[in-house]
Amino acid sequence: MRQHTVVDLSHLATFGSGPRSPTWWGTLGFIALEGTGFALAAGAYLYLAYIAPGWPLSAPPPNHWPGTIVTILLLASVVPNHMLNGYAKKYEMLPVRIGLLVMCAFGIAPLVVRWFEFPALNIYWDTNAYGSMLWVLLGLHTTHLLTDVGDTIVLTVLMFTRHGYAGRRFGDVEDNVFYWDFVVLAWLPLYVLIYWMPRF
Amino acid sequence: MSSVDLAPEHHGIRDTELDEISLHRRLAETWRTRPGLIGFLSSVDHKVIAKRYLITAFVFLCLAGLAAVVMRIQLSGPERGLIGPDLYNQIFTMHGATMMFLFAVPMVQAVGLYLVPLMVGTRNIAFPRLAAFSYWIYLSGGLFLWVSFALNTGPDVGWFAYVPLSGPEFSPGKRADTWAQMITYTEVSSLAVAVATIVTVFKQRAPGMSLDRIPLFVWAMLVTSFVVIFAMPAVMIASTFLILDRLVGTHIFNPAEGGDALLFQHLFWFFGHPEVYIIFLPATGMVSAIIPTFARRPVFGYLALVLSLIAVGILSFGLWVHHMFATGLPKLGASFFTASSMLIAIPNGIQIFCWLGTLWEGGRPRLNTPLLFVFGFFFTFVAGGLTGVMLASVPLDLQVHDTYFVVAHFHYVLIGGSVFPLLGATYYWFPKLTGRMMSERLGRWHFWLALIGFNAAFFPMHIVGLWGMPRRVYTYPVELGWGGINLFISAGAVVFFLSFVLFVINLVWSATKGDVAGENPWDAGTLEWATSSPPPSYNFARIPVVTHQEPLWAEREVLPVAGGLRVDAREVLISTIAEAKPDIREKSARPSIWPLFAALTVGATFLYSIFTPWAVVWGALPITISLVGWFWPKGAPEDEE
Amino acid sequence: MRRGLGWIAALSGSILAGCNGVQSALDPKGPAADELANLIWLFTVLCAVIWVLVMAVLVTIMLRRRQRRIHPLHVDQASERTVSRVVISAVAATGIVLVALTLLSFFANRTLAGVGEDAVLTIRLTGQQWWWEVKYENAEPSKILTTANEIHIPAGEQVRLVLQSDDVIHSFWVPSLHGKLDLIPGVVNSLTLKADKPGVYRGQCAEFCGLQHAHMAMLVIAQPRADFDAWYADQLRDAAQPLTEEQSTGRDLFLDRPCVMCHRIQGTTAGGTTGPDLTHVASRRTLAAGTLQMSRGSLAAWIADPQSIKWGAKMPVMNLTGDELNAIVAYLENLK
Ligand code: HEA
Ligand code: HEA
Ligand code: HEC
Ligand code: CUA
Ligand SMILES: [Cu+2]
Repeated sequence: MRQHTVVDLSHLATFGSGPRSPTWWGTLGFIALEGTGFALAAGAYLYLAYIAPGWPLSAPPPNHWPGTIVTILLLASVVPNHMLNGYAKKYEMLPVRIGLLVMCAFGIAPLVVRWFEFPALNIYWDTNAYGSMLWVLLGLHTTHLLTDVGDTIVLTVLMFTRHGYAGRRFGDVEDNVFYWDFVVLAWLPLYVLIYWMPRF
Repeated sequence: MSSVDLAPEHHGIRDTELDEISLHRRLAETWRTRPGLIGFLSSVDHKVIAKRYLITAFVFLCLAGLAAVVMRIQLSGPERGLIGPDLYNQIFTMHGATMMFLFAVPMVQAVGLYLVPLMVGTRNIAFPRLAAFSYWIYLSGGLFLWVSFALNTGPDVGWFAYVPLSGPEFSPGKRADTWAQMITYTEVSSLAVAVATIVTVFKQRAPGMSLDRIPLFVWAMLVTSFVVIFAMPAVMIASTFLILDRLVGTHIFNPAEGGDALLFQHLFWFFGHPEVYIIFLPATGMVSAIIPTFARRPVFGYLALVLSLIAVGILSFGLWVHHMFATGLPKLGASFFTASSMLIAIPNGIQIFCWLGTLWEGGRPRLNTPLLFVFGFFFTFVAGGLTGVMLASVPLDLQVHDTYFVVAHFHYVLIGGSVFPLLGATYYWFPKLTGRMMSERLGRWHFWLALIGFNAAFFPMHIVGLWGMPRRVYTYPVELGWGGINLFISAGAVVFFLSFVLFVINLVWSATKGDVAGENPWDAGTLEWATSSPPPSYNFARIPVVTHQEPLWAEREVLPVAGGLRVDAREVLISTIAEAKPDIREKSARPSIWPLFAALTVGATFLYSIFTPWAVVWGALPITISLVGWFWPKGAPEDEE
Repeated sequence: MRRGLGWIAALSGSILAGCNGVQSALDPKGPAADELANLIWLFTVLCAVIWVLVMAVLVTIMLRRRQRRIHPLHVDQASERTVSRVVISAVAATGIVLVALTLLSFFANRTLAGVGEDAVLTIRLTGQQWWWEVKYENAEPSKILTTANEIHIPAGEQVRLVLQSDDVIHSFWVPSLHGKLDLIPGVVNSLTLKADKPGVYRGQCAEFCGLQHAHMAMLVIAQPRADFDAWYADQLRDAAQPLTEEQSTGRDLFLDRPCVMCHRIQGTTAGGTTGPDLTHVASRRTLAAGTLQMSRGSLAAWIADPQSIKWGAKMPVMNLTGDELNAIVAYLENLK
């Protein structure tokens, strides 16, 4: 079939960020499916709580302090996260590098505290279904946290190499910011379920 | 524009600056899959990956089908001793699990993986490395299941592995873990493909392919991918909980400790029902692609068809309880799911009627094999859908639930609704994949043998089900008088099997001796026919510009195209979601061996983790390494800018 | 042509009967099953009609003589509009039919729920891998009755079945009397059973429950009130005393072999509960949940080697000498 060129693409940009870029949509896709996973796990927890005669099944309520600290840390991390976003949009290398370092710190800190959350649940996963669900929910979010922190660290290193000097990398930074917001957001309902639901 | 000196934008070499010959040479050089074993293992060409998927899925169809034949021999008469309960339970589980997770879903996704990029007029799928990764994961999952079976640790708890039967107490050993972990592999892979498909459809459509010009098959794959994203996590959660209960002693499904057995059923069917539409919707897309071509007119009721696709996709999440009517749920609640199950018959009906309308308004249809199979689809699927409507009625279901009536229903819809369209699609797109037509004569024989064999095998199942024969029994007593009809069923199954052998023969023969096809043998209207058969690694020398729902019918002599992409680097065109206006010259990933490594490390971790939870810890490092290797820029032109 | 009709008649006849009515949903013997059978036929006919209509359209399309279209994009707006009218009305019709079907099944459901406020007795059915424990509840402990795999009920009266399970999920299903209901660990379900006429109705576990799911049948035996009461009184009595020398050695053997760990025989020291109650085993029609017809021979065969008859059954093979076996069988055979 003969061809006849009617459109010229040669002047188009070679990268874009946010909803313009495929990676952003990819990230959104994974957020959607992980979000569904969290929602269903939470649903399972509520289902069991609903059919159980009493909840928590005659277990002491967890000590919420470690969890509360994690929550505060995560909420606080949103601020630098979005400053980082602003710098990335403006392709400012130094602030972006600093911002990433900060975010690494803000990623590792909750992980450290998280370590103390498990004992603070005051129950083991194999005691009863209530204990199982607490550990599962907390475990799910911990893996989530771990993977994204890993991500952030790798990206940080990358931005310190010559590869950092490429427009698309700044797009990657923005996607990382985007994903971190999700990590924080996903935690809030879990926090309520794990630490406050057993109290009422 | 930037406060740091970013890597300069390469001008590179543009297609506009080259004559045809050197253009093709350049593109081929840039997009080719490298020769040699490493090259083979590193390919990220969606067509190569899709072909691997197609072949693997077909092999699994054959394996599961042969398992079915064994079952049929065992059931061909009362008190047969060919295989005992232990083996039978493994075989029907392998059959069901393989058909659903290793054949049907991967098969339809593979067809999408091959066709969607061609139909939307782009050079490769979005996230090609992810697609490559997904195949390797899928393959290892399939091998894992069948090797376990060979080692006598194949699952024996049914394809939905209800607890407590699959729980730690009643399924000691590794068989149930095999089921649960096979789920993890296959779901990971199909989730990956779903994401890649969605992004391709959203962002990589050719200029001018606005929402109302997207081919219906692409719409079907898009909706299906969304269903995958929201359904698959449910079964992942279910199987993970099961593994935890079995491996580390949690009590999520243990009623004695505050858990609940029905929770598993809710989680499974919240996935399980959408699952069947994941298998069915792409098939409707194929029907919507075949019918217009042979009726020689655009499909009737395009908008209605798109809307019913979406409607089915959404409704499919509100039906799951109709698999649980016999568990004694509150009557009113159950009746709600009767209503919703009935409701979904409406969008399905709309589709049927629109297709009939298309054929009615079309010219005298050309009765080639693809269309024959579409007629087979009507004949069979409508019947299966209607028995579905019967099952949707709570009281009626209480009589036929878990009997051969249900077995009949789902084979009518699965085979009639999905396998027949797939066979039609094979005859329809085989020329595009191989450059050769399939034999029409063998095709007709295949069709009639399949149609007759299928109905002979599965129609009587309705009756024997009503006569009281439960499913999942390895034998039945003489007194009940089910012997004759079961013998008939088995005979039918053998005929159906023969039709498949004929199909295999046709495939092999046509691939080498079939007539040469040319670009557009059926004179069809969609973009995949605008390039050579088989298509070059880069799909299109220049990106087509779409002016109509059926571009090739609107532009019969000259194809309007877009120029200006680089040819010395893998560049694809990113367009806007709604109007598909050209927006970005995005880079597409080069071949890489890392997805394979990633799949190997991840796969090994899954496997190991059915023995000890620590596997997750040990696996973390190698997985991280392979992922870093995957994403770390290698200084290729694609990585810069 | 007439022969064709004959065939159809014959076919539908045999379908209706089911080669053997004892376990067929199409040959109802109680109010619930009646209701359901009618519903099934109604749905079937409706669906058949719809299917035929769709096929008719398809055939017409294929048979109509029309010329091939030359330019695929040229469509005739007028006829296009008529077709869309047809499609829309077809969809509307679909909607109406569906509403009708939904209401039908809803009301059928209601009537099913309706039957049986006033049940004359309550039977607790416990699913086991792979047999049924049947317990007749009663206010007075002395009148509580335990048996296995056989449910006797008074014909024409409503009986309440309480369904539960201690191991995996099973499903109670006696097609000619009632639809399915699952026995789920941690859940208690119940239904009301009624047989219009005396008779023997076969049922079978309908939820996959492991190795011997295929051999987990039970019999519902509906008797006239008088016979039922007589049976009940009989079953309440202690096990029959041995009459012969052989039988009493049989009993002694039974009592010092592992049998006692799993089986109960009222009136002896045998009090096991992991297996069926054997107090009146010989009065039952079948052995091992419908696997064997009751007879001296099958008793012997079963006890000699249950695993070769029902592989995986939770009863081990005990190595008994021929004489021991004969003695035990002689004893059990007497437990009418
Ligand atoms: C391709 C897969 C597929 C499809 C498309 C369907 C479609 C439907 N299915 Fe099916 N189903 C399965 C695969 C599928 N099913 C499987 C695998 C199982 C068993 C799982 C297991 O237990 O192992 C199952 C089981 C199953 C059950 C549970 C049975 C039981 O276990 O007791 C029920 C109950 O409601 C049901 C209902 C339906 C309904 C209402 C539809 C509807 O979508 C059908 C709608 C279509 C039509 C109605 C025909 C076209 C419409 C017209 C021609 C218009 C005119 C029609 C009317 C006026 C009614 N299905
Ligand atoms: C898409 C899904 C799918 C498909 C295609 C099939 C295909 C077939 N199934 Fe299906 N079946 C299921 C999905 C499917 N099944 C599911 C989900 C279950 C429930 C499992 C459970 O209860 O857990 C089930 C259960 C099931 C049962 C009930 C088992 C039981 O409850 O005890 C039976 C019994 O007859 C059966 C029979 C068949 C037969 C005869 C075919 C035939 O159509 C098979 C035809 C195909 C072939 C025969 C393959 C062709 C082979 C070759 C081409 C090899 C030759 C190669 C060369 C010559 C090179 N199936
Ligand atoms: C470890 C437990 C166990 C022991 C020991 C045992 N049985 Fe059983 N027995 C069972 C179980 C369980 C069944 C039900 C099997 C089935 O139907 O699946 C059964 C069934 C039977 C039946 C059939 C009852 C019926 O109505 O179906 C008879 C008779 C019987 N046993 C006799 C014996 C005798 C005699 C012995 C000793 C020589 C014995 N059993 C030892 C567990 C045991
Ligand atoms: Cu009990 Cu099946
Ligand atoms: Cu369903």
